[in-house]
Amino acid sequence: MKAGIVVFPGTNRERDMAIALERATGAKPAMLWHRDAELPAGLDLVVLPGGFSHGDYLRTGAMAAHSPIMRAVAAHAGRGGLTLGVCNGFQILCEAGLLPGALLRNATLRFLSMDCLMRVERTDTAFTAHYQRGQVIRAPMAHGDGNYVADEGVLDRLEGEGLVAFRYVNARGEAAREAALNGAARNIAGIFSGNRRILGLMPHPEDLVDPLMGGTDGLPLFESLAAAA
Amino acid sequence: MKARVTVMPKSGVLDPEGRAIAHALGSLGFGGVEDVRAGKVIEVTLAETDPAKAKAAAEEMARKLLANSVIESFRVELV
Repeated sequence: MKAGIVVFPGTNRERDMAIALERATGAKPAMLWHRDAELPAGLDLVVLPGGFSHGDYLRTGAMAAHSPIMRAVAAHAGRGGLTLGVCNGFQILCEAGLLPGALLRNATLRFLSMDCLMRVERTDTAFTAHYQRGQVIRAPMAHGDGNYVADEGVLDRLEGEGLVAFRYVNARGEAAREAALNGAARNIAGIFSGNRRILGLMPHPEDLVDPLMGGTDGLPLFESLAAAA
Repeated sequence: MKARVTVMPKSGVLDPEGRAIAHALGSLGFGGVEDVRAGKVIEVTLAETDPAKAKAAAEEMARKLLANSVIESFRVELV
């Protein structure tokens, strides 16, 4: 599996992502600069990591979505290439139109820096094969704009086509409204593209991949990717 | 020529910032504030001298970058 991590000015989670990918795949991912117009040949996976690209100016992810490399990322995704966006990466994928919807300011206006629980909604994907369906996993969150919104038609289509990847849940595994602390519509923590080759999610599975980090709930996501490519 | 682009959260889209401002106004003793919506104003200075072309260019900028049509609406005026 050959993975590349895109670094924008203000990205700050690229090294956490590299640790998680290397742990699961045994190979060091390439770091890619946002000004590059092309991706290295033979890349299986492109990752847009978390951070505050371009200082979150205008809207989170809005500037990064128009970086030179994003054309190459869109072409990679268009060929069915695996693409993962975490936190700011999810925001960038939405701004770039690679995933539907948008991420608004958290409903509470508070930056959320804490663990959340999320439920794995399906396991027949390259990202989630190593989880159990309905499994509740812990994941750290660190975001100010994680309130997923889309119009009702888009939300219904996401539900109907099974494109909700992860949902915020309570300790009983129920998608109770209060479990979506950022206010996300239908408790959506992450979504797939129509072909389920693109995943965007707000929480950080890459930050729970080693007992020393406090847990390994995020590791199966990276193991799934390693097995898929 | 200067174009002023006003970007506002679409009606129906939750605006927590506007709600917080409304709450703060209430705390300051301003009664009767029924609603507050918070947006942003972006002024773009253009070399174009033809008003129709300048407005069209600013609208294209708003569609492509300045506003996100999923959550925001915009209005362009020449000033």
